[in-house]
Amino acid sequence: MTDEQTTERINSSLAEEFEYDLEKMSAQTLLFEDMGLDSLDVVDLVIVLETEFGVKIREEEAIRKIRTLGDIHSFIIDKLHQAQSA
Amino acid sequence: MLLRRVVITGMGAISPFGRGIESLMDGLIEARSGVVAVPALSGITGMRTRVAALAKGADPMEIPRKFRRAMSNMSVYATLASRDAARMAGLGETELGSGRLGVSIGSTTGSPQTLQEFFRDFNSDNSLERMKSTLFFHIMNHSCAANVAQALGVTGRLLAPAAACSTSCQAVGYAAEMIAMGRQDFMLCGGADEFHPLTSGTFDVMNAASCNFNDSPSRTPRPFDRDRDGIVCGEGSGILLLESLDSALTRGAVVLAEIAGFATNSDPASIANPDAASLAQCMRLALSDAGVEPARIDYLNAHATATPQGDVAECEAIARVFGRAVPVSSLKGHLGHAMAASGTLELAACVEMIRREVLIPTLNLEHIDPQCAQVTHLQGLTSRPVHTVLKNNFALGGVNASLILRRYQP
Repeated sequence: MTDEQTTERINSSLAEEFEYDLEKMSAQTLLFEDMGLDSLDVVDLVIVLETEFGVKIREEEAIRKIRTLGDIHSFIIDKLHQAQSA
Repeated sequence: MLLRRVVITGMGAISPFGRGIESLMDGLIEARSGVVAVPALSGITGMRTRVAALAKGADPMEIPRKFRRAMSNMSVYATLASRDAARMAGLGETELGSGRLGVSIGSTTGSPQTLQEFFRDFNSDNSLERMKSTLFFHIMNHSCAANVAQALGVTGRLLAPAAACSTSCQAVGYAAEMIAMGRQDFMLCGGADEFHPLTSGTFDVMNAASCNFNDSPSRTPRPFDRDRDGIVCGEGSGILLLESLDSALTRGAVVLAEIAGFATNSDPASIANPDAASLAQCMRLALSDAGVEPARIDYLNAHATATPQGDVAECEAIARVFGRAVPVSSLKGHLGHAMAASGTLELAACVEMIRREVLIPTLNLEHIDPQCAQVTHLQGLTSRPVHTVLKNNFALGGVNASLILRRYQP
């Protein structure tokens, strides 16, 4: 899977879960301010990503610092690269 | 006796006939059946009943995701019906968030569908890692009441009575008492339930669910009929907006009817089987609360779910209190048994019967069971003045409830 494909999968899975317009999604999109997510949604966001990509991220410190879609793209892409090289 | 007069100024319904009171009344007056075949039930080992009265007209997407994520179907039904009731009463955000308005809405259980989905996943690998953050809000016992309050911005009292089939009759009675005591000026009250095979199965295993009309769903349930063979489970929500008469008059609200009296009691004789003496006592207590003699009741809306035992016990109880004086019908033939929603769906219909001066007969009552023949059954649509109505609901668990409605007179 290319990084671009990963980004598209992240966007489409989050757009579906949180009923957000795919067309409005960019790396700069703010999860709380733009997408209207809250603390409950962040719990579910982690589950969506774990299910979509088969990774475990709930306990990772970095996940708590995520603010934008771009942060998620980078985080998941790095995670997948680590898994490939492991 | 109620210390302050309590009236109904708004109503909402999600029923097998669709959304709204007009849809409900159209179906009832046109003698339609809301019961349909449910093919999925035939795939369940041990399930003999294959019919149900499924709700129509509830679009969850009308509710913003922020609120909808915490809702199963029963909360969606309750929220839409509550919105409609508040709108009919002319209440907006100011009143809803004033602290003067509370919520009294119950269901039989939390969402069985959500529980099923959770345990199906959980049991696959004994893992909680896929559990959504909003799961609890679907399955908690006060799911409907809490979700309605959240979605409508209610800041007053919140309670969630749970007494199976008596739930919404109790919810209205307790709400009326709260207003009568001066604790709240408005209450959104009633019940909601969502269809799930567990509900049908509960009655099926007790040999109390209808199984003989799977190929002709509109012919069942058959309250009081000699060929009745049990309950048909349903779903939906009925919500009444109760208000103190003083508040309604001050606002210039349209008063639909008055809550005249309420009673509820427990029958420890059996957790499953209704007892005529206890049912009769409940009706007498309601009459006493309203301060009216049995002869003043113009119409009795029975619980009558079409079980062989329940219908006989209720008729026996009615005969003990009223003799043959009061015309009786059950709306379960049209609506099936919407469980916690049944009381308020039927109460809403009773309010409209008072307003429209028409009595709705029991659908599918073709041959009165001799064991139910001690009361006067309505078998045809009857136009006549209706001033005072008694409504019964009786529940598994030995919980009886009776409520008396009166045409509003200043």
